[in-house]
Amino acid sequence: MRNGRRAAISGLAEWAPQRRWDTPMFGLEAYGKLAREALDDAGMEPGEIDGILCTRLGDAPMFAPAAVAEYLGIAANYGEVVDLGGANAAAMVWRAAAAIEAGVCEACLCLLPSVPAPPQPGVKPSTRGWMLGADAWGAPHGQFDAPYGLINPNSHFAMVAQRYRYEYDLEPRTLAKIAVQGRENALLNPKAIFRDQPITIDDVLNSPMVVDPLRLLEIVMPCAGGAGVVVTTLDRARRTGLRPVVVSGFGEHITHKSITYAPSLTQIPIVAAADRAFAMAGVGREAIDVASMYDCYTITVLLTIEDSGFCAKGDGGRFVEEHDLRFGGDWPLNTHGGQLGMGQGGAAGGMSHVIDVVTQLQGRAGPRQVGSAERGYVTGTGGFMSEQVALVLEGA
Amino acid sequence: MADSPPRILPKPTPATAPFWEAAREHRLLLPLTADGEPYFYPRAFSPGSLDPETEWVEGSGRGVLYSYTVDRRGTSPAFAARAPYVIGIVELEEGPRLTTNIVGCAIEDVRIGMAVEAVYEDVDGEVTLVLFRPA
Repeated sequence: MRNGRRAAISGLAEWAPQRRWDTPMFGLEAYGKLAREALDDAGMEPGEIDGILCTRLGDAPMFAPAAVAEYLGIAANYGEVVDLGGANAAAMVWRAAAAIEAGVCEACLCLLPSVPAPPQPGVKPSTRGWMLGADAWGAPHGQFDAPYGLINPNSHFAMVAQRYRYEYDLEPRTLAKIAVQGRENALLNPKAIFRDQPITIDDVLNSPMVVDPLRLLEIVMPCAGGAGVVVTTLDRARRTGLRPVVVSGFGEHITHKSITYAPSLTQIPIVAAADRAFAMAGVGREAIDVASMYDCYTITVLLTIEDSGFCAKGDGGRFVEEHDLRFGGDWPLNTHGGQLGMGQGGAAGGMSHVIDVVTQLQGRAGPRQVGSAERGYVTGTGGFMSEQVALVLEGA
Repeated sequence: MADSPPRILPKPTPATAPFWEAAREHRLLLPLTADGEPYFYPRAFSPGSLDPETEWVEGSGRGVLYSYTVDRRGTSPAFAARAPYVIGIVELEEGPRLTTNIVGCAIEDVRIGMAVEAVYEDVDGEVTLVLFRPA
């Protein structure tokens, strides 16, 4: 608590990820639609919003917060474009909480629309998105990594997994278990793209090798989607119909862009982010009832468990083997199915983890409810294990 | 295939041109920090100290394979025709790591920790890429 004010997450909005999105919307339209849904969820009015957090929008590639304020017809006391990839969601939540606790603003939208825009007549859509900025003139990534094929996340994360297997004991079955148990959770999530497709460990181990040692079913399915939350003062959040979820600890750590230049391939940035988040929250790892960890790949989850301090370094594999990670298990993780089970709704993928834990703490997870959860842990991972954010969330 | 994207080649900038010019002569040039430590990739400022004085040293071209993956599908369009191929991170004898491809051996024989040496691929008259093969 800073300045006597605390910040809490309240309303939620989440669209089911889809491989093909049949209702194209401009970024500002999608932002507005998510805003309406998240505010309705909390029973709040648009005029109460005075903080805007967004990422770059196709129809507002510059001055995005101003474009959002104008489009939504609100005046903001805080506006920010967050560019931390998969860590954006968790990063937005702590930035909003910090701004609110500092007294800068009262209620923030943290929204990540990620749906295709209507096609522009006469213009072929750009096919350069897969370069992820490496084709920009002067980009180091473009000169020293892209010519060798190190461009998209698959190969970066594969090299993390490969090095981890060299330094520590890790059986392919253990990584497969992460995908399988996430999928079991997804079977009860009506928004999950794989809600009708259970898988076994053998299915994972027999799925095609894509980037050694990662197989197809260990790799997230790219989708379109959209999701977001309202963060406001604890006082205002108490006057909604929803249990306020206090942002009680947070941390962020950024060390590299390309995995080649990471300080370590096997000790990831979440170490510092988690230590800061737990110290700020004043609780230990054992206080966590439910966790939701960014799962672009199975290896991301294993390393995040380990480097968040839930077990000793190198014991991540044993931890996964010894615990039941399903929503009814002894260590519920990614109870929405994870992005591996739900589909990665583009930029919204990271928000699915925030919403997963908030939904549990608000007691709204329906058949996936873990019981009376009081405290949750959320991580976001952006770039190529480049930037990570940890959140400790607490029901009020 | 006419529609396949062109190969991605480095476009040297003033700060990186010495590295790529040396590569054309089949030499591996490494930038040095003010303390004389080699680093990679070349920058206008050495990372950490932000020293603008860039000195260079010629590297041995030897190192060990630090990690690798096999891109089975050409996960980026420009590489689809080359798949499967090995993307690797080599830790040079001098310390820094760099991104490369491992060539000159069967994919099944690639191992982390294997000794490797630089081999130069003259792509055209302008650009030479630095690859590695088993030493």
